[in-house]
Amino acid sequence: MRLITAVVKPYRLDDVKAALQAYGVHGLTVTEASGYGRQRGHTEVYRGAEYTVDLVPKARIEVLVEDEDAEEVIDVVVKAARTGKIGDGKVWSVPVDSVVRVRTGERGPDAL
Amino acid sequence: MPNGFSGGDTAFVLISAALVMLMTPGLAFFYGGMVRVKSTLNMLIMNFTALAVITVLWVLYGYSLAFGPDAFGGVIGDLSLFGMRHIGMNELSGSIPVFAFASFQLMFAVITPALISGAIADRTKYIAWVLFITLWGTIVYFPVAHWVFDTSDGWLAAKVGALDFAGGTAVHLNAGVAGLALCLVLGKRVGFKKDPMRPHSLPLVMLGSGLLWFGWFGFNAGSALAANGLAGLAFVNTQIATAAAMIGWLAFEKWRHGKFTTLGAASGAVAGLVGITPACAYLSPLGSILLGLVVGALCAWAVSLKYRFGFDDSLDVVGVHAVGGAAGALLIGLLSTGHGGSPAKGLFYGGGFGQLGKQAIGVLAVGVYSFVIAWLLGKLIDKTIGFRVSEEVEVAGIDQAEHAETAYDFSAVGASLVNAARALSSEGPSEGAEGTSKKVDA
Repeated sequence: MRLITAVVKPYRLDDVKAALQAYGVHGLTVTEASGYGRQRGHTEVYRGAEYTVDLVPKARIEVLVEDEDAEEVIDVVVKAARTGKIGDGKVWSVPVDSVVRVRTGERGPDAL
Repeated sequence: MPNGFSGGDTAFVLISAALVMLMTPGLAFFYGGMVRVKSTLNMLIMNFTALAVITVLWVLYGYSLAFGPDAFGGVIGDLSLFGMRHIGMNELSGSIPVFAFASFQLMFAVITPALISGAIADRTKYIAWVLFITLWGTIVYFPVAHWVFDTSDGWLAAKVGALDFAGGTAVHLNAGVAGLALCLVLGKRVGFKKDPMRPHSLPLVMLGSGLLWFGWFGFNAGSALAANGLAGLAFVNTQIATAAAMIGWLAFEKWRHGKFTTLGAASGAVAGLVGITPACAYLSPLGSILLGLVVGALCAWAVSLKYRFGFDDSLDVVGVHAVGGAAGALLIGLLSTGHGGSPAKGLFYGGGFGQLGKQAIGVLAVGVYSFVIAWLLGKLIDKTIGFRVSEEVEVAGIDQAEHAETAYDFSAVGASLVNAARALSSEGPSEGAEGTSKKVDA
């Protein structure tokens, strides 16, 4: 199994969610996140004083999938999240050793 | 009631006094929204404290020093009215009871030191602040009120002939330069120019500036001390100049920084209110538009001075109140029509430089006196009990350290879960509740 984590623009969240549902992903976790990439943050002005706000709001989406689905799910997320402008985010995946469904105690792929 | 009493005037002045009272809580929220989350309460309480401390001082000796019989060459009143003794319920000041006049002026005495707090936000020890306003109110505000507002004895008002209808010099310049002195004594906040010190709540700032604007009609129109044409002129000029100053500030901001900001709108309004305060009874409505535009743009520029000169006036008390107050006072010397509260004409109305010179004397006298005494008092307090909180407290949050409170409950996720578990449980506090909220009963 793999854990796919996507950090995307918050306003793309609904599209990503819909695309994942359409693909057949059963569940996901979303967290409010903040951060920056190469483009850094934005500037705010208060009484003429400019403040650089490094950390911009992001949505962090986490999905557990089986190994063979991982690449396709990543493509689905990327396609749904892309706007073509800077700050679109990142998607990555890491291997997962074990997963347990808390309610039933099922393990592995059954727990997804 | 005695001859000369006016019920209309008295009603108007009492309501005006109540309006001016509201300005101090308004100011508290104007400033409170501009500080960071961790110093919100400290900001609010510093302002509210002025209501408590100055009121008591005013009754004890403040009114007597400011408006009692002159004791010494127009510099200060005597103490014959200590404790407001010897003032009869029906005794008149003009057409209103002395108690109504004293209450109205009390509100001015309250808000003036409160204004200073913005310059030293985020780093002030509360007890030092209480001591400072006690001393500064006594040594600076009460005598300066005598100079400026006592038109029969005060040296600036009666001898020099400097005009200040509602307190551009006595209130705003006075507080602004004291703020400058104090922020020089206290030094810069940790992280000044490096860390973002963004306002934590612009809606609070807007609310506060709205309350200030509302209360300011009492401040300016009420200063006519009668429900008459002069009050009407002061009222309309207050509204006009404030509106124009908001436009002036926003225009400057758009030109200089590319955006119209909410903080700019609120600040421009306050700058306009400050600027028109001394002048509202002497200008024409057209003159007030000019004054507003000039003061709005000037103050928008002036708030950048702190970065250029490197003093940390946290909330721009110098840029808005010292500069705005001085500008308003000086503009009387240019724009006074001679048809309002004084026959003195300004330069633009054929009056020559005479009135401008008198105004400059007022600005210099009050500015220098207030700066020097505030600096000395600041140093005195700093050397004895310390004026500033420790660096650790400043970084961690002054509200918690000084007042054992926080303005907002951001840690509610864990706490509410624990409390919900307790509410559901009939067996008393659950084990997980330890160390969170001991006083909640199951």
